[in-house]
Parts: sequence; C-alpha cells; structure tokens
Amino acid sequence: MKAKIQHKNLRKIIQQAMFFIFRMAAAINGICLLLITTFIVSNGWHAINWTFLTQPPMDSMTKGGILPCIVGTFCLGLGAIAFSLPIGVSSAIYLNEYAATGKVLRMIRFGINNLAGIPSVVFGLFGLAFFVIWMKIGVSLLAGILTLGIMTLPVIIGTTEEALKAVPNSYREASFGLGATKSQTIFRVVLPAALPGILTGGILGISRAAGETAPIMFTAAVFFTPDLPSSIFDEIMALPYHIYVLATAGTEIEATRHLQYGTALVLITLVLGMNLISIIYRSWLRRKMI
Amino acid sequence: MDSPIKMSTINLDFYYGKFQALQHISLDFARNQVTALIGPSGCGKSTFLRCLNRMNDLILIGRVEGKILLDNEDIYASNVDVVSLRSRIGMVFQKPNPFPKTIFENAAYGLRIKGIKNKNTLSEHVENSLKQSALWNEVKDRLNESALGLSGGQQQRLCIARALAVEPEVLLMDEPCSALDPIATQKIEELIQELKANYTIITVTHNMQQAARISDTTAFFYMGKLIETGNTDIIFTRPRYKETEDYITGRFG
Repeated sequence: MKAKIQHKNLRKIIQQAMFFIFRMAAAINGICLLLITTFIVSNGWHAINWTFLTQPPMDSMTKGGILPCIVGTFCLGLGAIAFSLPIGVSSAIYLNEYAATGKVLRMIRFGINNLAGIPSVVFGLFGLAFFVIWMKIGVSLLAGILTLGIMTLPVIIGTTEEALKAVPNSYREASFGLGATKSQTIFRVVLPAALPGILTGGILGISRAAGETAPIMFTAAVFFTPDLPSSIFDEIMALPYHIYVLATAGTEIEATRHLQYGTALVLITLVLGMNLISIIYRSWLRRKMI
Repeated sequence: MDSPIKMSTINLDFYYGKFQALQHISLDFARNQVTALIGPSGCGKSTFLRCLNRMNDLILIGRVEGKILLDNEDIYASNVDVVSLRSRIGMVFQKPNPFPKTIFENAAYGLRIKGIKNKNTLSEHVENSLKQSALWNEVKDRLNESALGLSGGQQQRLCIARALAVEPEVLLMDEPCSALDPIATQKIEELIQELKANYTIITVTHNMQQAARISDTTAFFYMGKLIETGNTDIIFTRPRYKETEDYITGRFG
C-alpha cells in the first residue's frame, strides 16, 4: 500500500518537472521578445522626435532625421508584397487545386522549398546580376521590390497552400454538386474561406521584406540621398540598410549610437504597424465568416 | 406521357485504379419515387450514388464502364456538359456542409453561379426553396446571419434548400441524416416524403427503419454487387436472398 502511494508521488513529481520544462520553453520566446523590445525602446526612444521622423539626415548623417528611410522601407515592403502576393497565391492555387500529383509537382515543390532556404545575400547578388545589370533597371526601388518579392514568394506560396488545404473538401464537393465550374468553386468558395490564412502569409512576407538588408544592399538602397523617391526607378534609403551603414561605415559610429537605436525602433514600429493592420483586417474577416 | 423511369444504370462498373468497386449494376429509378440504397459499409452504395451525378469524375484514378441514362440520354456521353448535368441532379451530403456564408447566400449560390444577379429573382427562389425544405419559418428573420450558426438539422435542411434552388430533377442524398439527432432526422424524413411529389429521390442510408419508412423501392448492395432490388415492403418482409435477410435483420453489417 505504502509503495503504491510513493509511486504516485513520483509520478506527480515527473509530471510537475515536465510541465516546468515546457513552460520554460514557451516562456523563453516571450522573454526574448520582451528583452529585445525593451532594449531597443530604452536605447532609442530619446532619439525619436518630430525632426527625426520628418527630416532627411544632415551633417554626414550625424544629425537630422530618417524620413527617406521610412518612406523607402514602406515602399519596399508594400511593393514587394504587391508583386509577390498575386504570383504566390496563383502558384499555390495551381499547385493545390489544379496540378495533378506526380513528378512535375514534386519537382516544383522541391524548387520552392529550396528557394526558401537560399540565404538572403544570395538573393541580393541575384538581384544585382539579373535586375540591375542584365535587365538594365539599375539600382532602384523597382529592382529592390522585385528582389524582395522573389525572396518572399516561398513564404507566400507555403502559407497559401496551407490555407487552401485547410478548406474542407466538403465545400468543394457542395459547390461542384450544385453545378459550379472549377474556377467558380475556387473564386467563390475556396478563396474566400482561405483568405484569412492567405493574409497570414502576406503579413509574414511584408515583415520579412521590410526587415531585410542584404537583398536591397546591391539592388535598391544607397548610402545617402536627401530626396524622397519620386518614381520606382529612383535609388532609395531604407531603414535596415541605414542602421547597417550608421553602425559600421559612418564617420561617427559612437556619436550616432542613439540614432541607430532610434532607427531600429522606427523599423520595428513600422513592421508591427503594417502587421497590426493586416491582423485587424484578418480577424474582421474571420468574424464575418463565422 | 413521361416514362415512369427517370433514371437508370445499365451494367455499370466502377474501378478505383485496379480495384473494381461496382460490378454490373443495372437499376431503374422510378419518377417521383424514393429509392433507398442499403448495404454494409464499403459495399459500394455511396460510390454508386456518386456515379449518378458524375461526382466520381473528381477521382483521378476512377473509371466508369457501362451506361447511366437520365431521361434516356447517356450522362457519360462525350457531348454531355458535366456542369449542367450536375444542376439537373442535385446532391445532399452525409455531413451538413453549408458554405461559410450567410443563410441567404448559401441558398442563392446555385443561382449565382448560373449568372442570376437580379435581387428579386434571387429572393424569390431563396424563399421558395427554404419553404420547400421546411426551414423558412425558422430563418426568415435571420437570412443575413451566418449559416454556420444554425443547428446541424437546420444546416442539413439549408443544404437541401441550396440543392432545390437550382430546380434539379433528381435529388441524391448520401446518408443525409447520419450526423443528425432523432428529431432533426424525423424532420428530414418528413421532408423527403413531401419532396417526392416534385423530385425523383435516391438516398443512401445505414438505417434500416429509415429505409423502410421513407422509400418506395429498396436496393441492397453487397461487396460491389447489387444483390436484390424491389418494392420496399417486399424487401423488408420477404427478401429473396439470404444475404438480404441477414443484413436487414441485423445479423451482419
């Protein structure tokens, strides 16, 4: 009898220990995010003022603001998603709804998965060689958008495919059973039901595109330009590249420390802001559906 | 005068790859009657049902041999448009599967895909079909609410309304009550009785009492073969074959 009770206690202890491990693993995520944000906010907030947000950099980028970078990154993120979302969603529809399972499909999937694994600096080099030089677009907003767009494609395709797979087959059957064609079924039933999931892909894509440095280094961003882009063929400044420049190549690396943190804070806020808009839109969509 | 036979299959075979799921099924469906397809799981009755509106076309490895006639025309003939065929043969599925849209849009779906945009025409058809499926009084004040908020039984009647809205001639039902409670089941059964005045109904069921209650003709499937078919009263009281008797008395299946 006594042995049984002890056994029970042991089980309880193991249970508690396992719980503790899982809880800690989950907590580490939150703690990391909290640490990074506190670190950047506490170091960067006193750099933020009206001039910082509305003026171009001045005095060899040791003073003034970062307006061209904010506009540049905003345009890059939005442009990249405007380019990759239609292509990515169309590819996913083809892969999931039309293509017959077989060798070709497996090869396309293999290609997409590998595209996702390519380091971002390789995309930068590819963008330089293909868009900037071969297509003669030059270092410009457009070349950056295309490079980032291609880089985010696998993310969009992956999340869209998941979203399409999550649409119950019974919806498709019901639609076909009522005499709908395949395209009617996809556009009227499958896509609306998958939209919240597709938006998740868009959110991930925009965050990734806005935050990358390497792909735009050779294709879109320049060290310094006081002008805001007036066309897609203009060179631009961008937040992540600006941080990189200030922190490694500036004339006054120590003196501009607070500007670097300030820029990082603006970048995070911009990305979170764009995410938040899509998240709110997504939850509105979900509520409308259920 | 219309022929009393609305639909019939002649020597129908169906293969999933190399596996033959249906063997030489020849069966007639009488106009404005209810035919029940019964048999143990895996006997091919659902596969058979899905051949009737060419839903099995969606199965890539599926292959059909033999003929299915609708008003004496072969529905597998090369000049048949599957899309318009499916609007002549409606289908109700095992689990209620309303779209994640409003009640109105669910009932109007079949009309919208036909290109009907006129608001009055749509409303009229939606109201008619919801009345036919005995759902109108329960939902008339909440047509613009989500269909997913309805109970299971209501959802299934909405699916029936959705199928009726396109004014099919034949209604296929694949175990329409298997996911419903007894009260909802009773409502659907009563509905089937009313609907047969205007439609030819073919239903798959696992419930022997249900088959006996609602159908005029019963067909018993076993191992991909049609064992016995005939007047429901006779099948349930004096079956000719031992397999049929064993199944309906609950000795196997």
